[in-house]
Amino acid sequence: MKIIKDKQIIEDNWLHIADDEEVANGDITLSLSRWNKEKSTLANHQGNIGIRVSPADNVSEIADDLKDINLVAVELPAFTDGRAFSHARLLRSRYGYEGEIRAIGSYMADQAFYLQRVGVNAFELENTEELSAILSTLNDFTVKYQVSSN
Amino acid sequence: MYQYNDDDQTLINERVTQYRGQTERYLKGEIGEDEFRALRLMNGLYIQTHAPMLRVAGPYGLLSSKQLRMLAHVSRKYDKSYAHITTRQNIQFNWPDLIDVPDILADLASVQMHAIQTSGNCLRNTTTDHLAGVATDELEDPRPYCEIIRQWTILHPEFAYLPRKFKIAVSGTEQDRAATQLHDIGVHIVKNEAGETGFRILVGGGLGRTPVIGKVIRPFLEKKHLLSYLEAIVRVYNLNGRRDNKYKARIKILVRESGIEKMTEWVEAEWQQIKDGMEVSDDRFAEMQAHFTPPPYDNSAVQDTSFETNKTQSAAFATWLKYNTTDHKTPGYKAAFISLKAPDSPPGDITDKQLDEIANLADQYSFGEIRTTHRQNMVLADIKQAELFELWQKLDALSLATPNIGTATDMICCPGLDFCALANAGSIGIAKEINEALDDLDYLHDIGDLKINMSGCMNGCAHQSVGHIGILGVDKKGVEWYQLTLGGSSENEAALGERLGPAVAKDQVTKAVTQILDVYIAQRQNEEIFLDTVKRIGITPFQHAIY
Repeated sequence: MKIIKDKQIIEDNWLHIADDEEVANGDITLSLSRWNKEKSTLANHQGNIGIRVSPADNVSEIADDLKDINLVAVELPAFTDGRAFSHARLLRSRYGYEGEIRAIGSYMADQAFYLQRVGVNAFELENTEELSAILSTLNDFTVKYQVSSN
Repeated sequence: MYQYNDDDQTLINERVTQYRGQTERYLKGEIGEDEFRALRLMNGLYIQTHAPMLRVAGPYGLLSSKQLRMLAHVSRKYDKSYAHITTRQNIQFNWPDLIDVPDILADLASVQMHAIQTSGNCLRNTTTDHLAGVATDELEDPRPYCEIIRQWTILHPEFAYLPRKFKIAVSGTEQDRAATQLHDIGVHIVKNEAGETGFRILVGGGLGRTPVIGKVIRPFLEKKHLLSYLEAIVRVYNLNGRRDNKYKARIKILVRESGIEKMTEWVEAEWQQIKDGMEVSDDRFAEMQAHFTPPPYDNSAVQDTSFETNKTQSAAFATWLKYNTTDHKTPGYKAAFISLKAPDSPPGDITDKQLDEIANLADQYSFGEIRTTHRQNMVLADIKQAELFELWQKLDALSLATPNIGTATDMICCPGLDFCALANAGSIGIAKEINEALDDLDYLHDIGDLKINMSGCMNGCAHQSVGHIGILGVDKKGVEWYQLTLGGSSENEAALGERLGPAVAKDQVTKAVTQILDVYIAQRQNEEIFLDTVKRIGITPFQHAIY
């Protein structure tokens, strides 16, 4: 499916594997809790592994794993749940994660600017028609008051 | 006062453009109702009973005459020629059209004003003492710190979707006039033993359905750590505050459920991680303080004698002086309150003509600055004593000199059922009735210092739980009833009012208030004010009088 990464619309093939689904080959994401349980058995996985951080998760639990991870997906189950903003900020600023942080779930194009500010560099939405709206909001502001990830 | 630089101006201009785009997309059906609701609220736009309501930020209550004239213009062009001052020093318009709001915001931006984060589950306008910079009991002017906090809050990317709204108040005086103990974060300017300025930080205060008095989370914070400490508190709240029930989502509930010890532990641990990277430099403080240097006061102001003569010759002027002016740290000057509590006007309302005239008076007498107050009045803070008589005459001609500041008719009152979609009961009508019952000035002044706060629903916008007399409108099977509380206070000895008994019917509220005042008059000792009498004798004698 199409997503935005680094301000470009690109084709993306990562699969988000649910907790009750079998692990498939290829580039996959797992929930943080499943990652914690199964990471020792995933050493031979064919493909990349990413971690999905849901709102109640504690990102410090994966701090030591980040060096081997290519994707962290921060979830917004509803656009009103702002915990993903703190998760992204901590991943970038506190734990020095330099890989892809992708916002997934249900959020508004109008939140993309703030998500970018806290360190999100990829946007995946079910409704891919929204992607162009996201691209147009990423430059809404040219000035800022706070230190953040960007 | 703070003057925008190019970046500040660019930011609010870009915000206008962004909001204009959001409005257009909403009107074309490209943004859903729920989504647009969140977006418009973050720009202060509510949909009320009759029309949208737009809340414009009054940063820590400080306005210039130019800004006041723009507010008058907005009220004329887009509204019904009046505005309303809120308990958090903001300005509300009750009748704008949704489609006009981007244009209103553009007009406001032309005088360095905005409506950013005046509503929504985000960091709100920072408030402070309306006598900041002139108060006689002030350790330091709080406004430079308020402006630093304001800038930190505006478009904060991480904290725009908090569990619930978040309010910060700052006080720099011994007497707390900013209700800091009833805010999500209260910041008190204090000095340590070495005489260095720092802050005592309180957390978890709040009004609404579950009123709570804030607790000290840090007795002394070095001032360079101001922003890192605020950021640590808000991050802990963002990650841990409850999101399952909007009535349990404020930080006060997190503090209550986790306990202040646990909360302190979380915040301190978070703060340790970020404090070194977020220090506010001395240069930054100095640069901000330079925006708030005292105006060029006249050193000979105190030599004027006409002031005393006028006082003895006009009893009405003397009364106004007593109630509507207060001491100023500069000899020969007073701060003058503009009462927005005239008997025939809803509390806090002000017309376009009054706004324009106050702007003129500010230019003529008070260095072009005006403050809004937590109790929904205004202040001209720097009046030479020689000019007070003239100012009083002009205010009187504008119906802005009712000598009732701090008395029973200086009520805080929400818009109530007449305007607000949330309200269960009317409030403005009752305020008018109480006002009429207390219209005898001698009686009013005999009662003296009394704060009556009245809200039309449990959300408590008028802070009824900290009124000396609190009145709360409730709905019982479609009928408006009113619960009374006694003994609340939002000042140093902050306290929540105690419920007097069952709610009374709408036509009994004014009678109950006068009965309460009768008990006070019968029971008071010497110069004792109402609140102290309630504290001394308890609520039982008042209950006997009413029930």
